[in-house]
Amino acid sequence: MSQARLEQTALRPRGPDPAIAHDEDIVLCVKSLGVSFRIEAGLLPAVHDVSFTLRRGETLALVGESGSGKSVTSLAIMRLTPPAPRAELSGSALFRGREGTLRDLVMLPEAAMEGIRGNEISMIFQEPMTSLNPVLPVGLQIAEAIIYHRGQSRRQALAEAERLLELVGISEPRRRLFAYPHHLSGGMRQRVMIAMALACDPSVLIADEPTTALDVTVQAQILELLKELQARTGTAILFITHNLGVVAEVADRVMVMYAGRIVEQGGAVPVLKRPLMPYTQRLLRSVPSLERIGAGASSLEAIPGNVPDPLHLPPGCAFHPRCAHFEKLLCDATIPEMEEAASDHLLRCHRWRAIEAGI
Amino acid sequence: MSRDKPVAANSDAGQGRPILEVDGLRQWFAVGNSWLNRARHVRAVEDVSFTIARGEVLGLVGESGSGKSTLGRAVLRLSTPTAGRIVFDGIDVTHLSRRRLRPLRPRMQMIFQDPFASLNPRMTVGQIVGAPFVIHRRGMLPSERGDKVAAALTAVGLSDRHAARYPHEFSGGQRQRIGIARAIAMEPSFLVADEPVSALDVSVQAQIVNLLLDIKRKLELTILFISHDLAVVGHACNRVAVMYLGRIVEIAETRALFQRPRHPYTEALFSAVLGTDPTVRRQRIILKGDIPSPLSPPSGCAFRTRCPYALSACAEAVPPLRTVAPGHLSACIRDDIALRVDWCSR
Repeated sequence: MSQARLEQTALRPRGPDPAIAHDEDIVLCVKSLGVSFRIEAGLLPAVHDVSFTLRRGETLALVGESGSGKSVTSLAIMRLTPPAPRAELSGSALFRGREGTLRDLVMLPEAAMEGIRGNEISMIFQEPMTSLNPVLPVGLQIAEAIIYHRGQSRRQALAEAERLLELVGISEPRRRLFAYPHHLSGGMRQRVMIAMALACDPSVLIADEPTTALDVTVQAQILELLKELQARTGTAILFITHNLGVVAEVADRVMVMYAGRIVEQGGAVPVLKRPLMPYTQRLLRSVPSLERIGAGASSLEAIPGNVPDPLHLPPGCAFHPRCAHFEKLLCDATIPEMEEAASDHLLRCHRWRAIEAGI
Repeated sequence: MSRDKPVAANSDAGQGRPILEVDGLRQWFAVGNSWLNRARHVRAVEDVSFTIARGEVLGLVGESGSGKSTLGRAVLRLSTPTAGRIVFDGIDVTHLSRRRLRPLRPRMQMIFQDPFASLNPRMTVGQIVGAPFVIHRRGMLPSERGDKVAAALTAVGLSDRHAARYPHEFSGGQRQRIGIARAIAMEPSFLVADEPVSALDVSVQAQIVNLLLDIKRKLELTILFISHDLAVVGHACNRVAVMYLGRIVEIAETRALFQRPRHPYTEALFSAVLGTDPTVRRQRIILKGDIPSPLSPPSGCAFRTRCPYALSACAEAVPPLRTVAPGHLSACIRDDIALRVDWCSR
């Protein structure tokens, strides 16, 4: 066991491993990632068997409802889940560093992880008010990462922070350096968060519901800003959201998560235009859209039932109790494997071929 | 049943009379009031007039800070209006005392946004849903109250088994159902739903919107549906009012508003609604900046600071709501512009 551990912490991936070793464009390659939390009642598996690759300049959206495990996935990649006995990680997450070295984030010692967090991989959170320090001017909060990771002086770092504030579209950046978070509106705070995240020019940016707390008009501003910055820097974005409209707007590729598993993943166009997994189909149809508005007071297509309790997951496919295509002794017997329906379009469903054929 | 009882002499004016008439309503809040400083006022709601017909669902949309929640609370007389008039079911409630309001309360209820904060964690679901009866029907027998609670829970898709449990045992969607059960327990005739689905997941959001529409039909309810989501409002409402910085800037039948909005702010709100088709990423109108502070709103039209069509004349006077088509009112002086409607594939 300890031998295996040692091998995995080495700079090279074990075995004849994945595409990432050959393809310089891939910055993150996650394989069979699992997360379990130790709770009073035993071991609570929150995320199972998540695999994906993230390329330079790409936006990969991770969609799911609350409790689906999307935030836990991102926290695991950042190694922000509680340490070992309280949370157990499995699988691997190979990350290509700036110097081209490959490291497995799942196995990396905490000290090495500290050099990566906020530097090579950074994160934007949902609620900018609670993620900013209320008693520190925003300029210093941005400069902190630059001082810590780049070893620059405070003066240099503040000059850099000013440039970043301008980059994220904040007017009078010099004056705003000394503003406290409560002086700023929600949209401006989120811009500050983005400036902090970009401070060290990361190769991967994890955006966890970055626009959920914002008004729609401000959401449009922030999404535009993220797209513009990505085009300029080539940062890969893992975009976590529950909003399918946001996904359609920003994502190149999509993963749909339900009860801790990815149930469908692939290019944004095939997954959103021609979803094959019943959950994705129903989720898309439950979104109220401007195109389908009648004279008002028309009902929406809801999915019956609730998201299952992670402690009592239904056997087999976790979606089967809410699924219209449920087949006894099949869907409730085994967990469907990930299948390739087309190139860059994977899904988990026992019955997708039959559903496609209209049986 | 409360609403069959004639409360005021003129409540038999018939179905033709709107259930709610609001005229010139103003709701200011004083801030920084001390003996040294003169108080400044947050002008949360400024000169708002509208009516809601019986059985109608009126949507109220706008960004945070537009005053939509304040308006919702004011029409229920949860605050004391600074000026204006509120007539509920033929009764002028603008200046009624708490005591005089009490008999009217069972007929006007509210559903709140946050299903976690709006239910008392120390009360069982049965106590929460039964609370209106404890307050308004003092003489009611507990067994009778239990029946009422069971009926309300059944109406929202829960069962009386749930009455003995506590709110933390339920999911967000189920809690919102409990909040709705509490609101409809006394069989009200008017409901203010303040962002009832914005804290919920998409799949559950659709369930709750459908439930509200279903209950509305069964109880012949009138609903003021407050939301920031135009797409949800478009599905749920007959008519929609758009608010910006305390004022209604446009109000129309849902279909008319969606087919041809007349106010630039409405256009921008539509443009910000994201569809789920990744092949249609259209050119959006992205407004600059944030909504201004209601402490010192811009002169003239409050939207002019962010409006792509603003002229110097917009700064001069507050544009009044004018009828631009039958039943369609808009507060914009620019009749010469054709607003974009490319969000619909119709």
